Formats: sequence, structure tokens, C-alpha cells
Amino acid sequence: MNYPPNVKIIKVPCTGKVDVIHLLQAFERGADGVYIAGCLEGDCHFLRGNLRAKKRMEYTKRLLDEIGIGGERLQMYNMSAAQGPRFAEVAREMTERIMTLGPNPIRAKNRES
Amino acid sequence: MIVAERKPLEQISSMIESNSKVLIVGCGECVTVCSAGGKKEVDILASALNMIRSKEGKPIEIRQETLERQCDAEYLEQLRGFIGEYEVVISMACGAGVQFMAEKYKNSLVLPALNTKFIGVTEEQGVWSERCHACGDCKLHLTGGVCPIARCSKSLLNGPCGGSTNGKCEISPEVVCGWQLIIERLSDLGQLEKYEEIIPINDWSTNRDGGPRKVVREDLRL
Repeated sequence: MNYPPNVKIIKVPCTGKVDVIHLLQAFERGADGVYIAGCLEGDCHFLRGNLRAKKRMEYTKRLLDEIGIGGERLQMYNMSAAQGPRFAEVAREMTERIMTLGPNPIRAKNRES
Repeated sequence: MIVAERKPLEQISSMIESNSKVLIVGCGECVTVCSAGGKKEVDILASALNMIRSKEGKPIEIRQETLERQCDAEYLEQLRGFIGEYEVVISMACGAGVQFMAEKYKNSLVLPALNTKFIGVTEEQGVWSERCHACGDCKLHLTGGVCPIARCSKSLLNGPCGGSTNGKCEISPEVVCGWQLIIERLSDLGQLEKYEEIIPINDWSTNRDGGPRKVVREDLRL
């Protein structure tokens, strides 16, 4: 199973642990894109962790639009632990999307200066 | 609690566009509970402003603090040692907190990050609604514990008006008629006879109409 090496994985006990500030800080520190890989909806061990993550992701998307980074750089995907090929497919899909969007405007600006 | 909402990021960032050293101060009371200006929201605002400014190529230095509350001088005092080092202070408290900080630090420019909305309750996680107008003369004992001033769009004391339809207010089908609530509640309490009593013309001088208000308790003063 191959997936693009640019994807850095940050493990969390459940996507319900992911908060707005974690997503923002990833972008603040230069990430070009972030995606949350959560369990399938309805399959959360903690019942609603992935549904909470989805709402926080949607809120953060709006913040990123306001900030001018672009909410499209953030996404959430749902997959089970047994769906390795799907994980790789999502990694490729997200990488392609970000390649099209270009680098995080903050990093682009830093590079200029 | 006092319920507030963050201003649009664009408005906040335009307030500080010429500044490069900013202090953001959150408040640990009401605005923490309504997720508008607590520590978490201070972190988010700082991160957002950092990104906005980095994107513009005008980096900014931000210090983040969250006080127990901003409407008491002893907590504001905790900023004394370093507030002067910052060009502007963004307060994430309600309007009272922002003003009190500005009063205590006359040489600092204190800016509001929130719009203060109302005195209200948490209906459910993430939903807050208005319950009290602070009119200064509580009438809840007459109206089954439902406030006619805050819950009736017209603040009628002897309602409902003709705009009440199927229990909803004419201003929006989403808004429940305050007087419908009062009648239902009085009925549930077996106190409908209270509805028959006419509430006299209101003395609005206890409300804002009497000018800025003040409470003084001589027994508590030092």
C-alpha cells in the first residue's frame, strides 16, 4: 500500500479529540492542507466523536475562509481501520487537491520575504 | 449569563492593521461559558490573526492572557506589569469588561473582539437565548416565571397582542409568543387568575430610560 510521502500522520485517540485550534495551528505552522481521517459515521467507539469532528471541521473551514487561507484546504474523510487501500486513495486525492491549490499562502509569503 | 459572539475576523484585524504588538485578553466568566471569549477562543483568535498578518507579510507579536474575569479590578490588576508593552489590547470580554479595562488602563488602547448580545441561558450545547432585559423591576412573580419584557417582542405587560398566531410571534414563526408561554405556564401552575389581573403601566425609569444605572450597598463598602 503506497501513499504520498508528504502526508504526515498525527495520531489521536479519536477524531472527537480534534479541536479547532489543532487544525488552525497546523496551518499556522505551514501545512498546505489538513485532513481528518475518522471512523465511518455510526461506527464511532465513543458514539459521536467523528460527528463532533465533522462539525468542528466545518466551523474551521469557515474560519480558514475568513482568514484567507481557504476552507478547501481542510477536509474530513471517513474510513474504517480495515480500509487500507481507501486510506491510500484519500491521501492521493487530498495531495492532488492541495497540489492544485498550491502552497499555503502563509508559507508562500514567507518564501517571498 | 451575558451572551456574546465574536466579531468577524476581518473587523478585528482591521482594528489592529497598523499595530504589530498586540495583547489579547480573554475572560473566564460568561463569555467562556458561551464559547465567545474564553481561553480557547483567545487561542483561536491569536492563531487566526497570526495567519492573517503572516499572509499579508506583516507579522505580528501576540501575547495571550485569560483573566478570571474582566469586570473586577483585582483581576485586571494582573495585567499591570506588562500591558504597557503592547500597542493595543484586544479584550474578549463583554462590553463591561472592555470598558472596565479601558478605565483601569488609561494609556492603553483597548479594543472589543466581541459583540455583546444579551442576558440569556444555554438552551442546549451551542444554543443560547435571551431571557432578561435587566429592566430593574422584576415581574416574574406575576407572570408564571416567564418574562413579558424579554420574551414578548413588544415587551407588553398585558398580552398577547393580535400578532400572536398558533403560539408564535408575528415577527417570525421561529419566535414563540411570550404571552402564550405565560398563559400556558400560569395554567400549568393553576394560577390563571393572575392573568386576569391587569399589570399597571410600567415605570421604565428603572430600565435604561432612567440613564446609566448603579447599585450601591453601603454595608459592603470599605
